[in-house]
Amino acid sequence: MHDPAVEVTDLSKHYGSVAAVDRISFTVQRGEIFGLLGPNGAGKTTTLECLEGLRRPDGGVIRVMGVDPGRDSRRLLQLIGVQLQTGSLPDYISVVEAVRLFSAYHGVTPDYAILNRIGLGEKLQAQYHTLSTGQKRRLALVLALAHRPPVVLLDEPTAGLDVATRVALHSLIRELRDAGATILLSTHDMAEAESMADRVAIMLRGRLVAVGSPRQLTSAGSRLTKISVRTAGKGGMAGATLPGVERRDRQDDYDLYFTVTPGPTVTAVIAHIEGSGDELIDLRVERPSLEERFLELTAEEAVKR
Amino acid sequence: MKAFTIHFSFEFLAGLRNRTLLMMNYLFPLGFYVFAGAMMTGINPDFRGEIIPAMLTFAILSATILGLPGPLVETREGGILRSYRINGVPAASIMTIPAFSTAIHLVLVGAVITVTAPFVFKAPLPQNWPAYMLIYLLMVFACSGLGSLIGVISGNSRQTILWSQLIYLPSMLLSGMMVPADLLPGPFVKMGHLLPAAYVMQSFQSLAYGREALYEPLPGMLILLAGGVIAFGLALYLFSWDSHNNTRRGHPSMAALALLPYILGALLLV
Repeated sequence: MHDPAVEVTDLSKHYGSVAAVDRISFTVQRGEIFGLLGPNGAGKTTTLECLEGLRRPDGGVIRVMGVDPGRDSRRLLQLIGVQLQTGSLPDYISVVEAVRLFSAYHGVTPDYAILNRIGLGEKLQAQYHTLSTGQKRRLALVLALAHRPPVVLLDEPTAGLDVATRVALHSLIRELRDAGATILLSTHDMAEAESMADRVAIMLRGRLVAVGSPRQLTSAGSRLTKISVRTAGKGGMAGATLPGVERRDRQDDYDLYFTVTPGPTVTAVIAHIEGSGDELIDLRVERPSLEERFLELTAEEAVKR
Repeated sequence: MKAFTIHFSFEFLAGLRNRTLLMMNYLFPLGFYVFAGAMMTGINPDFRGEIIPAMLTFAILSATILGLPGPLVETREGGILRSYRINGVPAASIMTIPAFSTAIHLVLVGAVITVTAPFVFKAPLPQNWPAYMLIYLLMVFACSGLGSLIGVISGNSRQTILWSQLIYLPSMLLSGMMVPADLLPGPFVKMGHLLPAAYVMQSFQSLAYGREALYEPLPGMLILLAGGVIAFGLALYLFSWDSHNNTRRGHPSMAALALLPYILGALLLV
């Protein structure tokens, strides 16, 4: 059994009297994509910056591949690749110069092939100030991976990107994970976390309020599954008696059922349609999304305060 | 060494690509050289003897005191230093490479002035070439240290301009560049020697041109060397990767220690 890639125990960081991070603990296993979720100001970036050695924690213990970021920054920089949320490059450095420069400081041979894969192959000689936001973020990711680090820390990597670029970046991040890298991904995009992360931690006001796989987190929230049914008959599912249904609604020609027993409910829906001589056009079964679970947690926290 | 070379080549090219640096490194000093050379030699033909040392000193002040600090502040405030830090770029490289590339630009500018001044303005060439080049490099070293230190302690561009002008303007007026030191009142000569340019002008006079100067050249050159060492040392000590993070050692007011050799020189030599 390997040690975790990242271990955080009782991490605290204050800015004046404000607790940006308040005694949080979590571990990231080797080879997993771990999402750090939360709204702006939740403490995600501060947590990442403590892991990166950019900020000194006020309390707690951090280990990245067994290294204390506060004590051995030289070793740490060999182990981590970082895409900063607020990082930048000199205006007049070209894409190829940036790759060459950072590869040299990491002591590795530049890998220009990745620039083609990520859509920057045509921009090798372009200077940084001429790149679009998406191109700058893609370049930042390329630079973070220049030395093929075992742990990659990404802070809002797809914020402000168009759909095609997001998909390309998601694909690259999954490939990194499949190649054995550990990815710690900070984002406030719930859909991104749900589709990308093996496990997620949700942060609110500097505290961790939930940790687990997206499935675990969503199943820990609302116990109701939404079943949407559309039939050919004009009456829809009127008069149907379905087991386990606690709430029903109708929207855009769909009958919506919120049930605690999705299996028997679906069986009863199909039996009712067959029995009534109607025709099934569409049937959807949806668990609550991570976003809905996040909103529940946010509401619970607001009540506690 | 490979990383240093690649970083240096980028910084050197940035000095040509960046319009502000191009202005401070080349256009401003060479433009002033042509303009002031024509005007001053027209008004006072004796200025021909001063034009090369004066314009070299002016070029160094422009490129280092006005040109070096701004990009350093911008790289820190713009998050570039954070990217550098996370990718293993050492603070020493961030301090020394821009200074080193500026020195190369200044060698080119100095060569243009030295080669053209005798033809364009009938300016006399120095008699002692090794001393001439040594004094030039000492001035580049001393002023690069001060420029780097200003960049390190300035929180924003406005502060940079303030500190730069506090060194630049008195240097222009009181160092002997525009008005010979022997024509300045005594207290102003002393004030001029609180900054490096005055020592350079005296060293050029005595050692490079074999003329009479206010004092022996060696102490002045040692003061320039000490000033550069202290300024670079303080710049490294006070260096901060991120002004929003408490990573700076020492208080910025410690930067005043960089003037200590010049204060001693003003008290003991003049």
